[in-house]
Amino acid sequence: MYTHTSDLLVIGAGLAGERVAVESALAGFDVVCLSIVPARRSHSSAAQGGMQAAIGNCAMGEGDNTDVHFMDTVKGSDWGCDQEVARMFADTAPIEMRRLAHWGVPWNRVVPGKSFYFKGGEKFEKFEKPEKEGLITARSFGGTAKWRTCYTSDGTGHAVMCTMDNKCAELGITVLDRKEAISLIHDGEKCMGAVVRCLRTGKLEVYLAKATAICTGGYGRLYSATTNAVICDGAGNAIAQETGVVPIGNPESIQFHPTGIVPTDILVTEGCRGDGGTLLDVHEERFMHIYEPEKAELASRDVVARRMTEHMRAGHGVKSAYGEHLWLDIRHLGDQHISTKLREVDEICKNFLGVDARTQLIPVRPTQHYTMSGIRTDKTGAAYGLKGLYSAGESACWDMHGFNRLGGNSLAETVVAGGIIGKCIVEYLQGTETTYSTAVINSEVKRQQQRIDDLIAGRLGKENVYKVRAEMQEALMTGCFVFRNEKDLLTCIETLQGIYERSGRIGLVSNGLGANHELGAALKLRGQVRLALGIAAGALARKESRGSHNREDFPARDDRNWLNRTLAYWPENADMPVLKYEDATPHFEIPPGDRGYGGGTIIQADPELIAAKTIKR
Amino acid sequence: MGRTLKFDIFRYNPEDPASTPHMQAFTLEETENMTLFIALNRLREEQDPGLIFDFCCRAGICGSCGMVVNGRPRLACQTKTKDLPETITLLPLPVFKLVGDLSVDTGVWFREMYQATESWIHTNKQFDPAQEEERMDNAVAEQIYELERCVECGCCIAACGTARMRDDFLGAAALNRVARFVIDPRDQRTDKDYFEIIGNDYGIFGCMGLLACEDICPKNLPLQNQLGFLRRKMGITAIKQFLGK
Repeated sequence: MYTHTSDLLVIGAGLAGERVAVESALAGFDVVCLSIVPARRSHSSAAQGGMQAAIGNCAMGEGDNTDVHFMDTVKGSDWGCDQEVARMFADTAPIEMRRLAHWGVPWNRVVPGKSFYFKGGEKFEKFEKPEKEGLITARSFGGTAKWRTCYTSDGTGHAVMCTMDNKCAELGITVLDRKEAISLIHDGEKCMGAVVRCLRTGKLEVYLAKATAICTGGYGRLYSATTNAVICDGAGNAIAQETGVVPIGNPESIQFHPTGIVPTDILVTEGCRGDGGTLLDVHEERFMHIYEPEKAELASRDVVARRMTEHMRAGHGVKSAYGEHLWLDIRHLGDQHISTKLREVDEICKNFLGVDARTQLIPVRPTQHYTMSGIRTDKTGAAYGLKGLYSAGESACWDMHGFNRLGGNSLAETVVAGGIIGKCIVEYLQGTETTYSTAVINSEVKRQQQRIDDLIAGRLGKENVYKVRAEMQEALMTGCFVFRNEKDLLTCIETLQGIYERSGRIGLVSNGLGANHELGAALKLRGQVRLALGIAAGALARKESRGSHNREDFPARDDRNWLNRTLAYWPENADMPVLKYEDATPHFEIPPGDRGYGGGTIIQADPELIAAKTIKR
Repeated sequence: MGRTLKFDIFRYNPEDPASTPHMQAFTLEETENMTLFIALNRLREEQDPGLIFDFCCRAGICGSCGMVVNGRPRLACQTKTKDLPETITLLPLPVFKLVGDLSVDTGVWFREMYQATESWIHTNKQFDPAQEEERMDNAVAEQIYELERCVECGCCIAACGTARMRDDFLGAAALNRVARFVIDPRDQRTDKDYFEIIGNDYGIFGCMGLLACEDICPKNLPLQNQLGFLRRKMGITAIKQFLGK
C-alpha cells in the first residue's frame, strides 16, 4: 500500500485548497494537495465575474468600505450568516486582492476619464478620477450598494487560479491530480488523513497528515440542471458526513442562478446584468422592474430566480423543446463591450447555442448554482466533530453566506477564507503532534477495498449507477428546487429513501479497472443520496422562507423560530439525517431587518433577545 | 436532425491486462444541439460504462476534454455534432501519456512545464498589506490576461510537428507562458534569464514555424505572434551575448 505522510493534506486543489496550502508552505510545513483533475481545471476557474472586495478605487465604488460590504453580505444572507465570519471576510478581502495583484493576477485597472455604463438598459456616464489611474478597478454585481467586484475581463476565476497554481509551483508544493479521496481515516475524535483512489491506476493509496483540509467545492451535480462542472459532485462533503460526527450546515441552503442557458445549463455571468443586460419575457418585454422597482435585474440572485419562476408560472415564459425559459438581452451593450468585457459569454453563446449575443436573445432559466451549505466549521475553519479536520471554500459552511450568497462573494471567499483558515491551520500545526493508528488505517483501507471488490463482482445487487443517480437528481429537481412545499418535499423524501436503499445495491456493468468512471460514480453515490436527503429533510423542517429557501406554504421569514442554522448529521447505520440546530450567529452587528428587496413579510424575533446579542462597533 | 451518428472510438485500458489497442464502433441517434460532451456521456451511460474520457466544466473553460476529432485536436465539449459528418472518429491526443481510451495525462506534463519555465512572478519585492497596490496600466493588464487565457488543453502540443518528433520540446503553450511573464512589469527577469530557459532547440529555436498551434488553439490565443516575438527577442539576446554585451 502506497502511503504518503505530510503535515497537511489538502483534498481539492481549487482556489480555496491551494490558498490554504500556500499559507502552510510559507510557514515551512510539508503540504500535499490532491485533486481529481489538474488543479487549473478546478471549478474555481469557471467563475467568470469577479471577487467582491471594498477597495473603492473606481468612480462607482467611491465611498465604499468594509462596513458597506459587510452590510451587503448580511442582507444578502437574509440574516442567516455568521456575522463574525462575514465581518472577518469583508475586512480581509481588500488586502487579499492586493496580495493577489502582487502574486501576479492581472486585475483590470482604473482608466481615467469619461466612460459610459448601462443600468436597466439605459445609458449613463461616469468619470474615473486621474489620481486613481492604474489601481484595481471593480464592476457592478447584484445585491451590492457599490461597484465592488474586482475582475480580470470575464475570466477572473481562471486568472486567479493560474496565479495561485503558479504560487504553488514556486513554493514547491506537491500538487497531484487524478487522486480522489474516497473516505477519511479517523477514530471518531481526530482525523488522520484519507484513503485515496488513484484515477490513473484505480489503486488505493493512503495519505496521512496532522491536519486534513477538505476544499472540494459545491455539490450542484446532485441536481440534473446545474451550472456546476461535472466534478462538483459532493464527494468531499459526503466523506465528511459519513464519519457520523461531522455535520453538514444548512443543507437546505442551495442557490439557483437566474441565467443558466437552455438547454446545457452553462452559466452566463451576472456581469451581463451588472453591465446593463436585461431580462425579457415571451413578449420580449422587461418584467423585473414590475416585481422589484428599485433593483430590477440587479436584485440578489435568489430574488431574481424567484421572480423569473413566478413570471413563467404566470404564463409569460417562452416555450421550447427543453421546457420554458426567458430571455437575456445584452444586444444594446454593443460589439466592443461584448467582445472584450463579456468575451466568455460571447463564446459560450456561439459555441453552445449558435447565438450571436450582439443581435440575438439568449435563452435562460434559473438553474442550480451554488451550495451555501457545506461541512460545518467554526470561524477558524475547523470542522465540527473531528480534530484536525478543516474545510474552506464552497465545500464549507463557514458561514458567511447564510441563505443566499452574493455574486462575487464566493470567488472572493475561496482566497480570503483560504488565507484566514490557512493561517489557523498553521497555528494548529505549530502546536500539534500526532500519532497514527495502523489498526484504524488498515481497517479503513480494507473496508474501502471490500466496497470496490463487491461493486465489481456485483455482490450487492445489479442496480445501474447512472440510472439511480439520475433518479436522485430528478427527485431534487421536482421536490427541492426554487420553490418548495410540504407535499412535494414529503414525496421527494420518500422517493429519495427508495433511492438510498437501491444505492446500496449497485453492481458494475464494466470491469472497474484503471481509470474507470463507473466505479468512481458507484463509490460516491450513497454519500450523494445522503446529502440529497439532507437537503430535502432540512427544507421540510424549515417552516419559513429565507433567502434561497422558499416555502410556498410558509412565505414569511420567521426570525422568531428560524433565525438558526441546520446541522445535518448522519449517524452510522441511520437511514435519515438527524437534524440539530444552532444560533445563526454568535452576535449581531446588524440586527435582523428588511433586505430592501425580495418582498415578503418578516415574523419578528423577540426584541429583547436580539438587543442582548447586538454589539456596538 | 434525425441522423444516426457512427462513432469510431479508440479503446485501450493500460490497467486491464486483457485490453489491446483497437477502434470500436458505436451508433447514436443525434439530438438537437448535441455536443460531443452529450454524445460521449450518453455512450458511457447507455452503452459502455467502461469508456474512459475526461470532461470537467463542459463549457470550454477548463481544457479537460482535448481529443482528436476527425483528425483535428479540439475541445470535445464545444464541438457540436451538427458541424461534423455522420461518421466521427475520436482518438486521444498524441504526445501525452495515455490514461485510457480518450483520456491522456496532461496534468503531469503541464506541472513539469511550470517548473521548466519557472511559471511564476520573479520579484524581490515583499508584499506589504498596509500599502496600496502597485499601479498598472489597464492595457498592460489586458495584454497579460490575453496570454493567460491558455486552458492547458494540450491541443497545440498534440498538433505540433516538433513536439511529435522530440519529447523535450517545450511547445507553444510553454512559450506562450514565458511570453506572459516577459510582458508583465512585475516580473524582474531579464532577457538573459529567459534566454537560459528558451534560448535553445527545445525552446524557441526548436519551433519549425509550422504554426498548427495557432490554427487549432480552441481559445484563439495569438500564438504565432508570441512565437515571433520571442524568436526575435531571443535572437537579439543571442547576438548581444555573442558580442559580449
